[in-house]
Amino acid sequence: MTVETDASPAFAGYAHPERLVSTEWLAEHLGTPGLVVVESDEDVLLYETGHIEGAVKIDWHTDLNDPLVRDYLDGAGFAKLLSAKGISRDDTVVIYGDKNNWWAAYALWVFSLFGHDDVRLLDGGRAKWEAEGRPYTTAATTRPATDYPVVERDDTKLRAFKEDVLAHLGNPLVDVRSPEEYSGERTTAPAYPEEGTLRAGHIPSAQSVPWAKAVADDGTFKKPDELNAIYRDGAGLKDGDSIIAYCRIGERSSHTWFVLTHLLGFEGVRNYDGSWTEWGSAVRVPIVKGTEPGAVPAT
Amino acid sequence: MSETDLPSALATIRDDFLALEQHERLVLLLEFANELPELPPEYADHPDLLERVEECQSPVFIFVDVDPGDAGGGIVHLHATAPKEAPTTRGFASILVQGLAGLTAQQVLDVPDDYPLTLGLTEAVSPLRIRGMSALLGRTKRQVREKTAA
Repeated sequence: MTVETDASPAFAGYAHPERLVSTEWLAEHLGTPGLVVVESDEDVLLYETGHIEGAVKIDWHTDLNDPLVRDYLDGAGFAKLLSAKGISRDDTVVIYGDKNNWWAAYALWVFSLFGHDDVRLLDGGRAKWEAEGRPYTTAATTRPATDYPVVERDDTKLRAFKEDVLAHLGNPLVDVRSPEEYSGERTTAPAYPEEGTLRAGHIPSAQSVPWAKAVADDGTFKKPDELNAIYRDGAGLKDGDSIIAYCRIGERSSHTWFVLTHLLGFEGVRNYDGSWTEWGSAVRVPIVKGTEPGAVPAT
Repeated sequence: MSETDLPSALATIRDDFLALEQHERLVLLLEFANELPELPPEYADHPDLLERVEECQSPVFIFVDVDPGDAGGGIVHLHATAPKEAPTTRGFASILVQGLAGLTAQQVLDVPDDYPLTLGLTEAVSPLRIRGMSALLGRTKRQVREKTAA
């Protein structure tokens, strides 16, 4: 790690407190060599309305997704993107964004697929930074281009495909969508566009834990005991479990992936980014409707 | 509808976007976002009159007024509101508010449904997000139809 971690006692109870920084820490460390701040939002223009000084923007649609194939950019594409943004392989990257860091967590997960070692979230994201009256600037950030190496994406550890989920049935699944999507009342989050999924419901045996349950009112992550109550006591997850999280396109579930992996210390959690937009349209995969998890079908 | 029939304000907005580099198109969209007028007080005080556009990722509400006029001749007034945290949605709404200003009901109904796709924003903004603007246009037309149905 090139920049010291945030030793705030508030983070001490998390499994990997080095994955979070507080707004105070970030304000004090802005401009530190080896630290790059990245903003990643749902709204593609929000960064332009004002951002943390020195932050660069990475957009989930236009930067991280392959424009043709439903996949993330490849090693060469990631190297090109990060080089252009002025990020080096050994830089400490702190990501923040709107909507409880929903998209920031997604960007962090994609960085992790490429094995970028030191990538952290700003606890509370834009909402907390703003609530504390901290400044934004509209001045364009210019960072000297770097020579980020071409590293092939590793899809084997943190990412699950549909076939992986089928093989995984019988192990814990976490459905992080809204209750209405889980029960099959609708296929998208309330107030979000319908995206043409053909069937509604959830993957058999999946526990329903809407992603935002992990977030406190001020936008920060809940405390370890609260998170344990939700995920261990509530959803029944145990150390040593193989866990897959999913949502609609894999964005909300990367937030839950962050919580389970970095805050609660589960190992081997995977994010199924195909999620409901794939599963709900796939031919002959099992689906359960209603509010109960349902049983894994006999094979 | 032939190319030449596109109302001039909409055509000008489209040409302004297409004349720019990708990144500058975002800047222009932000300018539109900043220009979205406040709701007239009669609507600001009556949120029940506003229709939420569910297809947009951020909350946006619209209301359409049509002046009395002969069949298809009444002038359409589109009002829209979206939070400042949703500048892309505000920008989409603002383009339509400006582009449809002064048009008659029939002219609004004749605007091609794919107009949002012609602005050259699919690369800078992404096709998924552009759907929100298509939904805004669609709902505006539906309200015009409802309000002109005798």
